[in-house]
Amino acid sequence: MMEMLEATGLCLARDGKTVIDNLDVTLSGGERVALIGPNGAGKSTLLRLLTGFLAPDRGECRLGDRVLSAWPREQLARRRAVMRQQNNLTFTQSAQSVVAMGRAPWPEKQTSQIVAEVMQLTGCDSLAYRDYRQLSGGEQQRVQLARVLAQLWQEGRPRGWLFLDEPTSALDLFWQQQTLRLLRQLTRTGDLTVCTVLHDLNLASLWADRILLLHAGRLVAQGSPQTVMTEKTLTRWYQADLQVVSQAESGKPHIQLRV
Amino acid sequence: MINGNALQGLTLMLIFLLVAMVVAANLGAMSLSVRALWQAPLSDLIWQIWLNIRLPRVLLAVAIGMALAVSGAVMQGVFRNPLADPGLLGISSGAGLAVALAIVIPLALPPQLALWLPMIAAFIGSLLVTLLIFSFSRLAEGNLSRLLLVGIAINALCGAAVGVLSWLSDDQQLRQLSLWGMGSLSQAQWPALLICLLLILPALLLLQSRARHLNLLQAGEEDAHYMGIDVKRTQHQLLVLSALLVGTAVSVSGVIGFVGLVVPHVMRFCLGSDHRWLLPGSALAGAILLLLADTLARTLVVPAEMPVGLLTSLIGGPWFLWLILRQQRGFE
Repeated sequence: MMEMLEATGLCLARDGKTVIDNLDVTLSGGERVALIGPNGAGKSTLLRLLTGFLAPDRGECRLGDRVLSAWPREQLARRRAVMRQQNNLTFTQSAQSVVAMGRAPWPEKQTSQIVAEVMQLTGCDSLAYRDYRQLSGGEQQRVQLARVLAQLWQEGRPRGWLFLDEPTSALDLFWQQQTLRLLRQLTRTGDLTVCTVLHDLNLASLWADRILLLHAGRLVAQGSPQTVMTEKTLTRWYQADLQVVSQAESGKPHIQLRV
Repeated sequence: MINGNALQGLTLMLIFLLVAMVVAANLGAMSLSVRALWQAPLSDLIWQIWLNIRLPRVLLAVAIGMALAVSGAVMQGVFRNPLADPGLLGISSGAGLAVALAIVIPLALPPQLALWLPMIAAFIGSLLVTLLIFSFSRLAEGNLSRLLLVGIAINALCGAAVGVLSWLSDDQQLRQLSLWGMGSLSQAQWPALLICLLLILPALLLLQSRARHLNLLQAGEEDAHYMGIDVKRTQHQLLVLSALLVGTAVSVSGVIGFVGLVVPHVMRFCLGSDHRWLLPGSALAGAILLLLADTLARTLVVPAEMPVGLLTSLIGGPWFLWLILRQQRGFE
């Protein structure tokens, strides 16, 4: 049984402006959670609070029996990995060595084997010796995904908490599908929880167990895709003229913009 | 993961350095061949020259070369900026200003302390500028051009202050000041050398032990945090240690430019960006470069001696221009 990640009463203000407003959220083991919301809703900030990069002004975020800040850094890094939207490197570095960075919290013994394994999973084994900075945006994203998987890798699969900020934004259709399928397959055993910011509501609807809809720093709706992705809810919080239909194949909500 | 090529490169450089040290110790105003030394008794004059003049000089060149090159490599890594170097960021000139203050302002100090005053002053000066640069770089979020502008401003400011001090100083102080600014290893004597080694060697070893953390910092502060690094503490440790290296080097030898900029670049090209190899590589290459430059400086115009700082700047300047031009082309 996996421990829970539980945030209660999170509040954060920046420059006198409230960014996260009294927010409660619980992530349980093996869940696939998509975080959605309009621009500037505070999605990335919430991710930073849930991962312990930022400390909330009020409230707390607990992983298992301890608040995040009470975890020893290395112990936390072994069970929580984060992939951000942008990663820039200044100096030449092979894609392989970028992935190997993810093994930093672990003993070096199995590094090369695990690096090879995750690079194959994410389809970047052919990029291993290329300079990371010369890769395309989509290739960089796949290398970063391999890095965070390597960070959580333990006894043959990733275990723990994986936070992703728009992991598919630069991927083509094929790799969007591959990546989301991979993430779903990895969560099946219940050892990995994935919480990801997704802008594409249809992908979120197809992939996630649970959707969190964030607006102006507050969680305004959460639940299964069917309960959150309704015309009424989405129109209200996105202020967009849209239509929600039921997808023929999966029965999941499908969102169409009226242009 | 062991990098066989890098290991090979380091071994070659180490062998070259050792050979160069032997050769350099024999060259000078008076040539001391290994054979002559072998045949002479230990009490002989040539042994005295070798032990008390040549050997400390060679060791000092090696130690200072290592200190400058490694501090350059570390600064570039911490600032994630290929142009960061102790000289460009004003750290050397901060040290210079502190030394100038120590030379010009008369202080009644006990002789033991007075002897080490320039060294202490240089260290404090370099540390202050390092911290200043660091806080600015955080404000500018590592903005490359902003950081260099701050360095230029600090250089100009310290230069002007040193100018004022030179204007106030008497002839002897002035000579002392201007020679200091050119950088020279002619102060090489055992006591200074030992103090230098005592500061430089532990700093080098500590930096080497942080090489993995320095690698992770390359992913950016936030990602390094997620991978389990105490980012601020690591950055401060790295900067304080490299300021210790620069401060020590600058206080014994004055300003020797460009070693800290050029050597890490060449080493990155040869060995890659992994700091576990880059730091020892830079140390060896810096030692080789400064040893060669210093040997040239003291043999080119025998019996006089050129300040080695002039020589490294004369070589480093054009190289630096080439670097800028190459990068410009890279952006287009």
